[in-house]
Amino acid sequence: MKEMTIAARIESIPTVTAFVEEQLEKLDCSRKAQIQIAVAVDEIFSNIARYAYGPEGGEATVRVETEKDPAAVVIAFIDHGRPFDPLAKPDPDLMLGPEERNIGGLGIYLVKKTMDDVHYEYSGGQNILTIRKQIS
Amino acid sequence: MLKINKTTDAGKVNISLEGRLDTVTSPELEAELKETMDGISELTLDFAALDYVSSAGLRVLLAAQKTMMNQGTMKIVNVNEVVMEIFEVTGFTDILKIEP
Repeated sequence: MKEMTIAARIESIPTVTAFVEEQLEKLDCSRKAQIQIAVAVDEIFSNIARYAYGPEGGEATVRVETEKDPAAVVIAFIDHGRPFDPLAKPDPDLMLGPEERNIGGLGIYLVKKTMDDVHYEYSGGQNILTIRKQIS
Repeated sequence: MLKINKTTDAGKVNISLEGRLDTVTSPELEAELKETMDGISELTLDFAALDYVSSAGLRVLLAAQKTMMNQGTMKIVNVNEVVMEIFEVTGFTDILKIEP
């Protein structure tokens, strides 16, 4: 298990992505899964950076764990901000044309569709969003 | 990291992207497009060297599509398999003109 704690800001995303990719490189992870995980990291961490804290800011922890048989990676995103379940949002309406289309909620929807499991809990004053992806 | 390469030929603009179109880099493309789209009739976005796109990038592409609908055409070419799947999952294959 590896984890990093970093300022919950948009500017932290490249560092978080590099950290996660470094963990994935040690595993036999398909290129496709790597990219889908990188997109998920972008969606989830940008959500935390925008909504978890007020102007005073705060920190977020990203924890990477691996599983065997089947090989999978489990990544937890933890913040101490206001309780917020991103999975509670209804899925976006994909049938709307470009004029009516609203982009809100699309990021989390993308995460739900590309990860094998997405789980949220609020526990001990922490938002914990966990994603799981089989990697081979 | 995102590299943006632009070529212009008589109202036709080709923008090729290299790297990642995500939360951090999308504002760069948004700014470039804002400057570029004024008065053009054809916009081609070349994704041959693009690794991936997240929802922040989709938002910029949607806004560009809305602008270009009123003044000409926009298409996206050389889309790789993973990016295509992102377009499919989000319903963007119905909104954008995409050539694999």
